Amino acid sequence: MKKSMLLVLTLVLSLTLAACGQNTAAPNNTSGSNGGSTNEAAPNNAGGEEQTSSDLSGSLLAVGSSALQPLVDEASKKFMDANPNVSIQVQGGGSGTGLTQVSGGQADIGNSDVFAEEKLDEAAAAELVDHQVAVVAMAAVINPDITVDDLTKDQLVQIFTGKVTNWKDLGGPDQAIQIINRPSSSGTRATFEKYALGTKTEDLPGSIQEDSSGTVKKLVGETPGAIGYLALSYLDDSVKVVKYEGVEANEENVTNGSYPVWAYQHMYTKGEPNEVAKAFLEFMISPEVQDNDVVELGYIPASKMQVQRDVDGNITK
Amino acid sequence: MSARTVDKIATTVIVLLASVIVLVMAGLLGFILYRGLGHISFEFLTSPPQTIKAGGGIGPQLFNSLFLLVLTLIITIPLGLGAGIYMSEYAKPGRVTDFIRLIVEVLSSFPSIVVGLFGLLVIVNLFGFGFSLFSGALALTVFNLPLMVRITEQGLASVPQAQKEASLALGLSKWKTINSIMLPIAMPIILTGTILAAGRVFGEAAALLFTAGMSSPRLDFGNWNPFSPTSPLNPFRPAETLAVHIWKINSEGLAPDAPEIAAGASAVLIITVLLFNLLARWLGRMMFKKFTATK
Amino acid sequence: MAQSGGRKKVQPHIIEEWTGKIYASLCIVFLVVTIFSMVYFVATKGLSTFFQDGIAFGEIFGSANWKPGGEPPIYGALPFIIGSFSTSLLAALIAAPLGICAALFMVEIMPKFGKKYLQPVIELLAGIPSVVYGFVGLSVIVPFYRDIFPGQGLGIMAGATVLSIMILPTITSIATDALAALPPGLKEGSYALGATRWQTLSRTVIPTTLPALMTGVVLGMARAFGEALAVQMVIGNAPHIPSSLFESTSTLTSVITLSMGNTVMGTTPNNVLWTLALILMMMTFVFVFVVRWLERRAKS
Repeated sequence: MKKSMLLVLTLVLSLTLAACGQNTAAPNNTSGSNGGSTNEAAPNNAGGEEQTSSDLSGSLLAVGSSALQPLVDEASKKFMDANPNVSIQVQGGGSGTGLTQVSGGQADIGNSDVFAEEKLDEAAAAELVDHQVAVVAMAAVINPDITVDDLTKDQLVQIFTGKVTNWKDLGGPDQAIQIINRPSSSGTRATFEKYALGTKTEDLPGSIQEDSSGTVKKLVGETPGAIGYLALSYLDDSVKVVKYEGVEANEENVTNGSYPVWAYQHMYTKGEPNEVAKAFLEFMISPEVQDNDVVELGYIPASKMQVQRDVDGNITK
Repeated sequence: MSARTVDKIATTVIVLLASVIVLVMAGLLGFILYRGLGHISFEFLTSPPQTIKAGGGIGPQLFNSLFLLVLTLIITIPLGLGAGIYMSEYAKPGRVTDFIRLIVEVLSSFPSIVVGLFGLLVIVNLFGFGFSLFSGALALTVFNLPLMVRITEQGLASVPQAQKEASLALGLSKWKTINSIMLPIAMPIILTGTILAAGRVFGEAAALLFTAGMSSPRLDFGNWNPFSPTSPLNPFRPAETLAVHIWKINSEGLAPDAPEIAAGASAVLIITVLLFNLLARWLGRMMFKKFTATK
Repeated sequence: MAQSGGRKKVQPHIIEEWTGKIYASLCIVFLVVTIFSMVYFVATKGLSTFFQDGIAFGEIFGSANWKPGGEPPIYGALPFIIGSFSTSLLAALIAAPLGICAALFMVEIMPKFGKKYLQPVIELLAGIPSVVYGFVGLSVIVPFYRDIFPGQGLGIMAGATVLSIMILPTITSIATDALAALPPGLKEGSYALGATRWQTLSRTVIPTTLPALMTGVVLGMARAFGEALAVQMVIGNAPHIPSSLFESTSTLTSVITLSMGNTVMGTTPNNVLWTLALILMMMTFVFVFVVRWLERRAKS
């Protein structure tokens, strides 16, 4: 009996050591001894061990939208620096996962790029409290070889419904249009269809669907005649941004309401948030986050918006 | 055409196709290493990732991958050895045994995504372990267990019948025979198999997306208390492994050097798997020599 | 671990024997419980599409329309089922000759070189993570097909190419085992009769080992069928039955990975994804049964 345990232990240990031997970054096994390598101290742990600026303590789990994850992640790091007894975990997984988990009570905060009413049934959505922390604007992007600079709403609708299939009909070169779309469950697609096209579209045969912005960008940049749409934070030189109805997609035009293709980033709590969640959500909309991280990461601060929009898309100044 | 010519042609075709495989393989490895090696440095291997700035590393991810592997093995090895011993030594031939064997086979060919979804539904949500290393380790156990069972069975089957019988004839109990006579002899095969299986675990991503999560909370590598949320050793914290990290930065990476990081991380992953393979071979050979020399 | 308490005069070795036996049995019970709970949970989730949401069986399996956002929503899984089958079949068709040739090379033509270089190389292929395969597929194979063939490069052909490399190790290692296990007398007899190597291989070795070789191919196909991330990156993901091998389409796994995170658990669009997972699971059973059938033929 003892021997078998010993055998198992030896095996585990030898494997652990074997695994460790391969890499300098690997600490020792689970025994928790201090024999492991100590040369790898995380550089960002400097702040906050002795800081007692607040007596908030507790842990939070925020799950959901992968578009919102980087922002919440960055903000949570700052928040934890100021409140060393608070631990915040930020998870991706998609808006659906976020809403499921906050609604089911597994997560404290559910991150979403769409209104909860669009995904959950009424009763479940009514329990959730919405906190809008930022705005994400999207722009139609095309392959850089296409010489089109501006697309109207009608033209976009014609492209995404398959009525126009060649760029020459839109004043571009003789090149077939390749649509790089998002899956029909995607929040990004819902926003784009609602505010840029004004209509739902069907998945056309031969269209490509990718859920991730990185892949969409790569494919639009490489595929001849491609068109897709991306959040402003993902834009770079590998793709060409087109104007929408002659309006350029930038922060100014979004905040003053002239560029309509944008959506709120929501952080939902079930009922009113608890003390820690409340403090964190307040921190999210404080100038410290809104003026720094939000802008740096390519979102638009919710506080700057001169227009408001409700779940049905009605706009108020 | 004479039989000899046909033979020559056929041999050429076989050799050609075999070299195609070698070429594809070399191209694949070369491509990944060529793109990634330049980006690997000590800095890259140890520093935490950056969201928008360039110069992020893969330190926590690498640690998570290794730690998850260790956790998985801690769960899998005792279970797999036990189940393998049962199948090879205790199971009586019959319907039940056949059925169990069928189950092991089914389990080993389950798509990893189905295992991941099951993990999400049961381990993460129902049992309430959340997105954590522990959930990930349990999901990976589901994969690894059938492999482990098969490896143990193979190992035990390789033990010469005479040695087993000699032990039993000396009056040792069956269990004693198994764990003091047969297991040591089977050890080279079991160990080699386990390490090779570990390599597969190392690269798994689909199942972990839904169980271990896609974020890594800040780790304090000076904190070795397994119950503290910032401790790297806490098994109940979410953890992004290297393979998941590659998936994430490929798809949503905002950092300007995301492609380079993905390439570098891929190269690290491949090199690690390569090391696993070499280690498995070397250990197997060593132990084989030791056992055959002492006999 | 269970520790059975000894009564009065139970011999220590009997206690030891029993603890061992109970421990081993518990491990097996754990294994059995795991798989049963997996089947149970995935099946209840997957079947709720039919019983709870009232989607017709014929709609899922008979309709080629996938419009979860439509009015009314239509959930036809036919494009995914066809996509999964054609991709994995094609992958097996590409990988089978390559894998079997590699095995013949290793066992029959150059055993020394093969064992020393080819086998480790192929084992390494098995260890490369699927994410890396997908990444390489998207960076190399897709642009290659885009330049040579009409279409965008993404599609069944790209998926099958990536998968064929991924399943090569499975096919090769099983074929190698089967060929190596062949009694030497069989081959020697053939050579003694003056047959050339190819005659020996094609008339004796391959026919005898065929069921075992097929086992490897089917297992490879099963792996291709269940592979998710690598396929999703290169298949294009349009929910339509494609008209060519180079047109964007979807597989069961790709639609699950694509939409699982975006849908809310318990709603119809999410339940349908579980139904697809259930189909995947059922297919695993089918593959295992085919393999067993082949193995029985190999024995007889």
